[in-house]
Amino acid sequence: MCGGCPLPSQVGDASRRLAKSVSAVWLVAVLLVGWEIYGRVNGSVFFPPLSKVLQQFATMWLSSDASQLYLSELFWDQVTTSLSRFARGWGLAVVAGIAVGVILGRSRVAARMYNPVVRFFTSIPNTVLLPIAVQIFGVTDGMNIFLIFLGSVWVIMINTADGVAGVDPMWLRSARSLRLAKATLYWRVVVPAAMPQVMAGLRVSLGIGLILMVISELYATTAGLGYQIVVAQSSFQYLSMWSAFVLIGLIGIILNAIFSVVERRLLRWQRRTGLAGL
Amino acid sequence: MDLHVEGVRKTYGRGGAAREVLTETSVTVRSQQFVSIVGPSGCGKSTLLMMMAGLLRPSGGQVRLGDRVVDGPPMGLSVVFQDYSRSLFPWMTVRRNLAMAAAAYKLPKAELRQRVEHALVSVGLPGLADMYPWQMSGGMQQRVAIARALVVEPTVMLMDEPFAAVDAQTRADLEDLVLRVRHEYNVTVAFVTHDIDEAVYMGDRIIVMAAGPGRVLAELDVDLPRPRDQVETKRDPQFAELRSEVFRLVMRPGGAKTTVS
Repeated sequence: MCGGCPLPSQVGDASRRLAKSVSAVWLVAVLLVGWEIYGRVNGSVFFPPLSKVLQQFATMWLSSDASQLYLSELFWDQVTTSLSRFARGWGLAVVAGIAVGVILGRSRVAARMYNPVVRFFTSIPNTVLLPIAVQIFGVTDGMNIFLIFLGSVWVIMINTADGVAGVDPMWLRSARSLRLAKATLYWRVVVPAAMPQVMAGLRVSLGIGLILMVISELYATTAGLGYQIVVAQSSFQYLSMWSAFVLIGLIGIILNAIFSVVERRLLRWQRRTGLAGL
Repeated sequence: MDLHVEGVRKTYGRGGAAREVLTETSVTVRSQQFVSIVGPSGCGKSTLLMMMAGLLRPSGGQVRLGDRVVDGPPMGLSVVFQDYSRSLFPWMTVRRNLAMAAAAYKLPKAELRQRVEHALVSVGLPGLADMYPWQMSGGMQQRVAIARALVVEPTVMLMDEPFAAVDAQTRADLEDLVLRVRHEYNVTVAFVTHDIDEAVYMGDRIIVMAAGPGRVLAELDVDLPRPRDQVETKRDPQFAELRSEVFRLVMRPGGAKTTVS
């Protein structure tokens, strides 16, 4: 009954968690040190040591202005450009993917009809669509958004359809006995019950969306993080190229961390009910 | 309102693969009565209850609540399922679970709130509206399921082996709880169980069913004094007599249909 009461074993849990995070960190540390050493020994301008990259990172992306959250103007310009494209493309994919996925999951006919379409789009590499998107949209945000959307929508759709088709029939029967309206049934019962799989799809699509955000900016655009890499590379500013690369990595880590927090919150019931295997 | 089951049959599958789970059955549950439906597994007792609830379409015959034919879950009828963990929605608080049950009744907010509180008090869980089902024990969750059934102030409550998954002590508590709220809410109850003692202890009337194919073997009236008491009632010689009577009926291999009153 009491969810959050401290148990004696929690002390042991804390030390185990510490050990766990240490073991998670040491490999990262080794890799970073390895980068530093290799960069120094090698001496190549194409592969600078980590310390120099971090120095460049600081001058490029950071500032001493507290009102800017200690981030540089360039950071705010480029990161908001990229992330707003990502947010619009991925957000659209989330809405469309879940909505269509629910329909596919509930209707065998619709699922059979759409199966070839879904298979077609999931089997072509998303980046192939880039030239097509540029043709259609030209050098506009629409191109980036379209590509991010088209790349991430399918995996959300498939996972949602799968999750919805697999909702425990007892929950549906229970909902039916309550005479719920269709909309209530879907939004309050079917979608939450399918949420574990929906979230699995969202997690994968988040990675795809981020990749496509950067890739679409390597080509036919004038702003964004990917564009920074291309510009730096073509003007022989390899340190800037690497520092943009590090920033993209960090953004990926942060977005995934935020996603994990939301996921844990939304699926709290699942871990507690012990239905993790469903 | 009386609940009439009139010549209802249920067959699964078609043609050669057809399997009859319930042969033509007629039963009447009188208004305010508590009817226990008891029988071995495979006797079609849960199937019968689901057809009463409008959750399963009969292959023949019809179910009527008052003078309306049941062709879907009717207003004023609540179901308590056996498996509370799969009938309550774990992603909602207790309050939202109860509100969901009342959603089709479109109650004013204040009235809904008051009914939720009242239902929770009735099942002995006052003040726990903001907990989640998974924060509770099995017995408490089944109390929430009962509260969810009561919150619409139903005229009929159908219960499908509601206590099969809880321990003996909790089971006795929940039995007495149901007998109490039944009077508090003036509700007609059909109660499916495979436990003969429970059927006798709870019911005003017992419908005994047999398997292969499912059918009604007998209907017995229970004249044990109310309120029932876990110790006193079960010590009553009449209780012992009834339970052996039901036991004989259930155990008799393929017994013919008889009526005992």
